[in-house]
Amino acid sequence: MKWFIDISYVAVAVVFIIGLKAMSSPATARKGIVWAGWAMIAATLVTLFWPGMQNFALMIVAMVIGGSLAWWSGKNVAMTDMPQMVAIYNGMGGGAAAAIAAVEFARGEMHGGMVALLAVLGALIGSVAFSGSCVAYAKLQGIMKKAYRFPMQNQLNVGLAAVVGILGLAIVTATDPDGWAIVLFFVLSLALGVIVTSPIGGADMPVVISLLNAFTGLAVGFEGYVLGNPALVVAGIVVGASGTLLTQLMAKAMNRPITNVLFTPMTGEAQEGEAIEGSMREMGALDAAATMRYANKVIIVPGYGMAVAGAQHKVWEMSQLLEEAGVEVVFAIHPVAGRMPGHMNVLLAEAGVPYDKIFDLEEINAEFSLSDVALVIGANDVVNPTARTDKSSPIYGMPILNADQAQNVIVIKRGKGTGYSGIENALFYKENCSMLYGSAQQAVGEIISHVKSMEG
Amino acid sequence: MEGIVYLYVFVLAAFTGYEVISRVPVILHTPLMSGSNFIHGVVLIGAMVVMGHADPESPLQLTLGFFAVLLGAANAAGGYVVTERMLAMFKSGKKKGAE
Repeated sequence: MKWFIDISYVAVAVVFIIGLKAMSSPATARKGIVWAGWAMIAATLVTLFWPGMQNFALMIVAMVIGGSLAWWSGKNVAMTDMPQMVAIYNGMGGGAAAAIAAVEFARGEMHGGMVALLAVLGALIGSVAFSGSCVAYAKLQGIMKKAYRFPMQNQLNVGLAAVVGILGLAIVTATDPDGWAIVLFFVLSLALGVIVTSPIGGADMPVVISLLNAFTGLAVGFEGYVLGNPALVVAGIVVGASGTLLTQLMAKAMNRPITNVLFTPMTGEAQEGEAIEGSMREMGALDAAATMRYANKVIIVPGYGMAVAGAQHKVWEMSQLLEEAGVEVVFAIHPVAGRMPGHMNVLLAEAGVPYDKIFDLEEINAEFSLSDVALVIGANDVVNPTARTDKSSPIYGMPILNADQAQNVIVIKRGKGTGYSGIENALFYKENCSMLYGSAQQAVGEIISHVKSMEG
Repeated sequence: MEGIVYLYVFVLAAFTGYEVISRVPVILHTPLMSGSNFIHGVVLIGAMVVMGHADPESPLQLTLGFFAVLLGAANAAGGYVVTERMLAMFKSGKKKGAE
């Protein structure tokens, strides 16, 4: 029976990789996840026939509880809350890897330096991923509102990591490690995850979630070695490597090197940047409707504010109206619009916007100067030209959408306050920029009714 | 198994992961993070094996194993559902066709 399980695992690993590959194109992405899903079911079923297994009743109960709770919450979560949902599921994977190591320690079957070393490493990384993901979830869900900074935060991080590392090494090298040392090791590992992620602000969270996702992959891979299970090794390490690359891509898009994210959390008040001269101009919904209705090309820049207001359906309705009137309408997405790269694409897709109307920063930036209107809805920092010019600004150097280069810029915004990062936006003070105050939902609704009333 | 064989597996799997992701467009980054999150949900089968070999007389082992299976199952099930929901929404416009 064991050979059949082994062969099945090879097939499962192959399907996982093919599935991930299929997810790299919008046309085949859906098939990719469905294949991977069947592979997971197959892997779970054959594992039930692993020789010498017992405790089936408890095992099934655990699977049913964990699986159905997660299934139910995944079905019901709002698309805007997706990032924290991914964070919490990822944390559970990390927790599972750590718990596997804990059982192995409890059985006292840690023989051989390499096995013990990887078990300890997997336990450490898995624990950090678990507690760190819980903090990420709490922050994005709004349960934990503030960034908590400890005194001497950076020294504390490094110090605690060093203590955990030394403790881990002691466990690896000991012939019969003390039970309390192992308990202390797990407690400190979990604390490390909390302490490292607590001071990180919400804006940097996507990078952290992605990093923790890669961590969980590594932890799973290491525990796979401990258990002598190549399927876990391959799946875990593939995710570890791809997650690391994804983290780098995100960090680059945000111009926040990963070390900065972890060691010098961004706070709005830390650096003020240069004061901005000038005043903002207000515009009514009727003028906004007319400006766009008689334009040739409109580029819409949606931000998280639009998604929070749930206005994406209205925005899509408006773009369809404009298109019927002969206006070319496209969407420009900043890599970090929403709370994760690609999150805004998901939110627009939910509203029915086809993906070939949605363009990345590199694809669209040259076109702003050729368009009549840039309509900025609930976005702020990602269109702030300060990032290009003001070296003292905390967002200096971040790639931005060149909305300021369009002939007219219309900004739909709830109030006069600053954005997520707390930085003043120079775009709002420019001559070609007009502000339309109100919730995205209501403002776009008004524009729609005005556009409808404009004949021919 | 031989340590060196596993080292090969580690290295080759790492290259595979890097290659597979490097051709993914930005618009799929969120579903992809979620999808890879689902893939490491395979930790469930490791948890099952560990739980299956836990000493039935030891409450500590059973409790830890129980949580390992529960968390692993949640990772796999939740990861699948949210990824599938996101990817099901991607569709192309009629005029230009796919890509």
